[in-house]
Amino acid sequence: MIWLVSVIVVLMLGAALAVLLLRNPVGAVAAASVVSLALSVLFVLLRAPDVAMTEAAVGGGLGSLILALSLRRLGLWRVEGDRAEQERDDA
Amino acid sequence: MMPAGLPFLFYAGAIGLLVIGISGIVLSRNLFRIILALALAEAGANLLLVLAGWHWGGSAPILGQGKALETMVDPVPQALVLTAIVIGVGIQALALALAVRAYRAYGTLDMRRLRNRMNRDIAAAAGIPAESSRDAPAGGRPTPPVPAAHRSGGGRA
Repeated sequence: MIWLVSVIVVLMLGAALAVLLLRNPVGAVAAASVVSLALSVLFVLLRAPDVAMTEAAVGGGLGSLILALSLRRLGLWRVEGDRAEQERDDA
Repeated sequence: MMPAGLPFLFYAGAIGLLVIGISGIVLSRNLFRIILALALAEAGANLLLVLAGWHWGGSAPILGQGKALETMVDPVPQALVLTAIVIGVGIQALALALAVRAYRAYGTLDMRRLRNRMNRDIAAAAGIPAESSRDAPAGGRPTPPVPAAHRSGGGRA
């Protein structure tokens, strides 16, 4: 159990760092959804299956959907754009 | 028998997520990145809350399987977190809607450029020259004339 937990915690924290460090906004949204899914596995291990279901469906599904749709509204939806334009727009 | 360091791992995950999220809110310049970091900090707070009601060896708080109530983990923080997750997505949607409106009005998501353009618009609406505000700190606005009686008096600035 402790190995499973350590692997998932490391995955979750790595994905959280990737949210802040990735230059591509689409990749950042995907990393945020990875954080939500790893978190739902942790909730199952903490004996909270209902919270895990909600986190996976609402946090990982609906939240990522809203983020992706607003990315399209903002014109940042580029899976592979030209690099100069991407660096100009990014933080 | 509980493996040593297991609660430490859970707490490290929760507090690490919280710290990463808050530092992202503080340090990011892109408005979209700030909203993502807000969601991260929220997730860390939720994990910390569920962790508060958890104890080793407890069962899931579901009645009807013949388990004793004493061995269940505390269901109250779980109910709180269940609500908080949904509210968090609502907050995220509101923040994204405001960010889209700001992007349409000002054409940028960079916080500093956004602040400059908003200050310019506010100054134009108030009829005062740009880069000067009635609320600016003392160095940023013209100082009032000093009366002659006090001009040579004080040793302290």
